Amino acid sequence: MTATLKKTTQRGLTRRQLLTRAVAAGASFVVGTGFVAGRDAAWAMEVQHLQPESMATLVQMARDIYPHDHVGDKFYAAAVKGYDSDDDSDAIEAGIADLNAAARNAGYDSYLDIGWERDRVDILRGMESSPFFQQIRGGLVTGLYNQKDLWPLFGYEGESFSKGGYLNNGFDDITWV
Amino acid sequence: MTTTFDLNDDSVVVVIGTGAGGGTLANELAQKGIKVVSLEAGQWHEPQDFVQDEWASFGQLAWLDGRTTSGDWRVSDDFSGLPAWIVKSVGGSAVHWAGASLRFQDHEWKAKTSYGNVPGASLLDWPIDAAEMDPWYTKAEDKLHVTRTGDRPGLPGNNNFKVFEAGAKALGYENVNTGRMAIRSSDTGDGTPCQQMGFCFQGCKVAAKWSPSYDEIPAALDTGNAELRTQAHVLRIEHDDQGRVSGVVYSDAEGNEQLQKARVVALAGNSIESPRILLNSASNMFPDGLANSSGQVGRNYMRHMTGSVYAVFDQPVKMWRGTTMAGIITDEARHDPSRGFVGGYEMETLSLGLPFMAAFLDPGGWGREFTSALDGYENMAGMWLVGEDMPQETNRVSLNTDVQDQYGLPVPNVHFDDHPNDIAMRNHAYERGQAIYDAVGATRTFPTPPYPSTHNLGTNRMSENARDGVVNRWGQSHDIPNLFVSDGSQFTTGAAENPTLTIVALAIRQADHIASEMSAGNL
Ligand SMILES: Cc1cc2nc3c(=O)[nH]c(=O)nc-3n(C[C@H](O)[C@H](O)[C@H](O)COP(=O)(O)OP(=O)(O)OC[C@H]3O[C@@H](n4cnc5c(N)ncnc54)[C@H](O)[C@@H]3O)c2cc1C
Ligand code: SF4
Repeated sequence: MTATLKKTTQRGLTRRQLLTRAVAAGASFVVGTGFVAGRDAAWAMEVQHLQPESMATLVQMARDIYPHDHVGDKFYAAAVKGYDSDDDSDAIEAGIADLNAAARNAGYDSYLDIGWERDRVDILRGMESSPFFQQIRGGLVTGLYNQKDLWPLFGYEGESFSKGGYLNNGFDDITWV
Repeated sequence: MTTTFDLNDDSVVVVIGTGAGGGTLANELAQKGIKVVSLEAGQWHEPQDFVQDEWASFGQLAWLDGRTTSGDWRVSDDFSGLPAWIVKSVGGSAVHWAGASLRFQDHEWKAKTSYGNVPGASLLDWPIDAAEMDPWYTKAEDKLHVTRTGDRPGLPGNNNFKVFEAGAKALGYENVNTGRMAIRSSDTGDGTPCQQMGFCFQGCKVAAKWSPSYDEIPAALDTGNAELRTQAHVLRIEHDDQGRVSGVVYSDAEGNEQLQKARVVALAGNSIESPRILLNSASNMFPDGLANSSGQVGRNYMRHMTGSVYAVFDQPVKMWRGTTMAGIITDEARHDPSRGFVGGYEMETLSLGLPFMAAFLDPGGWGREFTSALDGYENMAGMWLVGEDMPQETNRVSLNTDVQDQYGLPVPNVHFDDHPNDIAMRNHAYERGQAIYDAVGATRTFPTPPYPSTHNLGTNRMSENARDGVVNRWGQSHDIPNLFVSDGSQFTTGAAENPTLTIVALAIRQADHIASEMSAGNL
């Protein structure tokens, strides 16, 4: 279920046009009408059913659940993109609203407004048993880790049949034991 | 030549399931000239169709029909609708299997005598023993091309094995090698030898690993004595007025119900489906289900004591390269109650790809403790722990009448509570496994909880006395002479070893018995 994200900007806008129409959402994202993008505009995603801020919050939440510092936001965005659908969006908006309410209770403007990961994780721990959290976490197990272009970032090589297996390709090449 | 049999032909042996037990039995019978109809719920996949992608392969092969769980085992929390990781396909779970092929130890055939009275356990001695099984094991090892048996060489050790071996030796373990594997290790002209592809769990694309899917079923069909019907999902077994089984009702590929008449029925649907079919076959004559006068059908469900240990090192291992499970330490397999438990366990190398590691390393885990472990994936080594678990009457496959499957039949519920002996053994095995990796410089180790059951055993157990079990020493129902059980559900106890070699040896022996009983006019 690897969702592909457009490397270029949406709707024919140039990168600069896009960024000028966008406003900051947390430290990492910008949102505009119908889209959310990385601050560096390295990726952008159109949203049709969810509020762009909600999608940005979802991407941040995904990273906070499974933080890998060497994995870019575009992988997390791809992992949660599927929730921007007719079927899911109401429940997701409700879940994001709960998340932001918990953040406000803790003295922040919103979840994305929280600067430190550990403070965001505290909020998540508080809702760990909720169906919303479990849905997002459970979906990420395949949604994030089953993206083939993410595997090389962990050294995992995927299928080996096309190269004839590892018999002549280092199945026993370890040197340090 | 494709042989077909008429639905009303009541001279055929109907074999339900084409896995390790059923696939072997069908071929062995066909080789002896006996007419066989194999009914298989799944489809037939050619080796080239297997996919080296864990989730895609799971979707292609796994048995995903509804099941429910209960009991205190962690699988019931982590994977509540998936008690077992087994296969719906020609070849059964012996498509997914890793190939570890071990004989039981002599004392394990006599578990009750060897271990004495273990509170809460429903231990029994098997009605057969090591001496009787020896020639059948030899035939099974030859059939499966088991390495390190006969004159077959062992497989070479991969990276994961080398770490495991170094740790084992550092701790003073003496019996560590690349195992007895049902994987062709040399070019004998009879199939392709192992290419160290590393996707043994996803079906071997070069057919180096034995599977009924390409080793037994085609050979059976070649005799002209066998017919295979795929996507034929068995619903129940019928009987006549004399209480003998007379035919098998199944849903065909188009969803139409069919009745295949039979002279003999052999049930080999694995240890959840086999008792379920017997229970779903209840009738006025057999209100508690077929073959169930003892009340033992579905009981004594065993899944082996299991767990895994993964470890991260400061340098790469790349454990996924090469055979998934070719590495074993057998020193802890002995029975030595001074360790605080009866029976023993094996330690075997194991590798999962990144997608499965994310799902199984610590189910439900999240946050940096979890992700920093996966960050070390390239530097990870892994082993599986598999030992004898205690049969308990209350561990049981029963019908859950609240939930129905796609055929409107009650789904099976799998109830399992760990026995204190299982827990003591698992804790010992975790400690030993972690010590092995610590001895070679692990920076972090992970005692990983059990996966959904891959070894499912005991739910139609073999017993000397009819009151204690479901089948006799031939796997023949105590109650119904022309009904046989031919899969792992006939296990009286589980032993420490991976079960498939024993399932195959029992099936070869059973085929011999059925053939001689047929020619003697007793069946
Ligand atoms: C990932 C994995 C790794 C494993 N590794 C090893 C190993 O290294 N060594 C080892 O010894 N064992 C291993 N096993 C276990 C091994 O696969 C099983 O013990 C063995 O295949 C069980 O044989 P069986 O005949 O009882 O059932 P199966 O092989 O599961 O066959 C049952 C067959 O019956 C069919 N069936 C079920 N219900 C119906 C129905 N109602 N109608 C028609 N057909 C039906 C199924 O589709 C299936 O084809 C492994 C298993 C898995 C999943
Ligand atoms: S490692 Fe060997 S046995 Fe396993 S899938 Fe590859 S070729 Fe087959």
